[in-house]
Amino acid sequence: METSCSKTRNPFTGAEANAVGVKVDGVSKTYAGTEVLSNISFDVLPGEIFVLMGPSGSGKSVLLRQIAGLELPTVGTVRVDGQDPSLEETRDRVRLALVFQAGALFNSLSVYDNLALYPREHRSGTEASIRERVMHALRILSVEDAVSKFPSELSGGMKKRVSIARALVMEPQLLLYDEPTSELDPVMSATISEIIATLKNEYSVTSIVVTHDRSLALTIANRVGILMDGKLITLGTPKELAATKDPALVDFLYPKIDIQNPRFKKLENQKTS
Amino acid sequence: MKQINAILEGVGSVVQLLFRSLSYTGSLPRQGARFIEQCYMIGYTTLPIVAILSFFIGTVLALEAGYAMQDFGAKEFIGSLVGLSMARELGPMMTAVLLAGRVGSAITAELASMKVYQEIDALTTMNIPAAKILVLPRLAAVLVMMPVLIVIANIVGWFGGSVVARYVSYVGISPQAYFAALRHYTKFKDVMNGMEKAEVFGFVVVLVCCDIGLNTRGGPREIGAAVTRGVVVSLILILVLDYFVTKILL
Ligand SMILES: Nc1ncnc2c1ncn2[C@@H]1O[C@H](COP(=O)(O)OP(=O)(O)O)[C@@H](O)[C@H]1O
Ligand SMILES: [Mg+2]
Repeated sequence: METSCSKTRNPFTGAEANAVGVKVDGVSKTYAGTEVLSNISFDVLPGEIFVLMGPSGSGKSVLLRQIAGLELPTVGTVRVDGQDPSLEETRDRVRLALVFQAGALFNSLSVYDNLALYPREHRSGTEASIRERVMHALRILSVEDAVSKFPSELSGGMKKRVSIARALVMEPQLLLYDEPTSELDPVMSATISEIIATLKNEYSVTSIVVTHDRSLALTIANRVGILMDGKLITLGTPKELAATKDPALVDFLYPKIDIQNPRFKKLENQKTS
Repeated sequence: MKQINAILEGVGSVVQLLFRSLSYTGSLPRQGARFIEQCYMIGYTTLPIVAILSFFIGTVLALEAGYAMQDFGAKEFIGSLVGLSMARELGPMMTAVLLAGRVGSAITAELASMKVYQEIDALTTMNIPAAKILVLPRLAAVLVMMPVLIVIANIVGWFGGSVVARYVSYVGISPQAYFAALRHYTKFKDVMNGMEKAEVFGFVVVLVCCDIGLNTRGGPREIGAAVTRGVVVSLILILVLDYFVTKILL
């Protein structure tokens, strides 16, 4: 990855971008009577890498949607750079990108047009400079070969990489990743870690990363939060987390495979009967 | 009570979408490619079926009129009857119904699928309004294409009537006589009248189908349900609006 620009400058245009913070304050979210998030509060500092972990179904994606301003919390508030992220004015001022768990690529557009849509619509740069940005982002994620393909022609991992590239083209100040490495091989996962770290170190991009990938979490995070059943059960540095004695956390972070588990026994009984 | 609430909510949502889309009218010149693509979609998918249907409506009108009028010796008026009913009522009405079936369903399906697969959410985080790039070009395209479709529907329908008038034995009037009557009684005003109606129908169908697509909630199963709703609501609205627009234009 090219890292020749000076600090706090944008990787593509060289524009100055100030780091933005996020404040999640007492957020609860209820869908049709079921509480999915309950009373979650934390701050993400400008330029910080904040990792959210938790079992699937614990509410991580829902929490990202509240932070991105796609939904309003039932109770509590989210502030991005001090403002409500669901307002158009806020998104006008603060560039926020979300890498969706399923990619959310525009199926009717080619990979190139998927990436070029944002700069074209916001009229940032000539078509030639947009092309340069798009190809640069695709090269960083090694998907430049897919440039003229359509999303339906891509594998899951390629879709993921294209959607990360699409987020990079937006030159975000705040980047939200929903399981960015879930469909990628170890080499690609390492590249994603590098991207996240470089964006932070060189360009002061604030990142919130949802992941199941313990090694990714513990290497890149400034702080890690763990979500279980919609509650933020712990929040700390990777060091603090690695040293934890809390049995629930240990079970989650270092799961053991137990073939003597009675659950498996039951399966076997069913098979034989 | 619940249904009334749902209807009012639907109307509110449609009106909001309308104003939001119109607020981006200034961006239309920069959206030329999208506009042309939509014109093509609307014209290309509906033109053949509009032509076929209009032809047969024209023939049936002429048949019925010929049958009813043969006892009065008023067969010369077939042309005027076909001309007027095609231009004022059946052309716009049938074209709008076909538009709902072909274009409305496609629009609802496309936008519903974009909603379900979070493409609309992606647009929102990019601060690119769906009303601007998805709805506005479609509204503009239907306003441009509807008159084209109506002109074709009318011409083909009138022609269909003339064929019946000429070749069906109990009618048997010449194309010259048929078109003379048609021209004498069908004024430019009547054609314009039908065209205005068609514009209203087409605009409403596209707007409502966009709104229903964008408001789809849940998983992929809901796409099918949204399409059905889009078409049914469009058809009801066409019939209801037909009465009111006709009354206003008369
Ligand atoms: N739009 C929704 N309506 C109702 N329930 C939802 C909705 N979105 C998510 N949920 C529920 O919220 C819980 C958390 O979901 P999610 O945030 O996707 O989990 P994960 O931590 O795996 O990302 C799940 O039980 C899910 O069923
Ligand atoms: Mg998730």
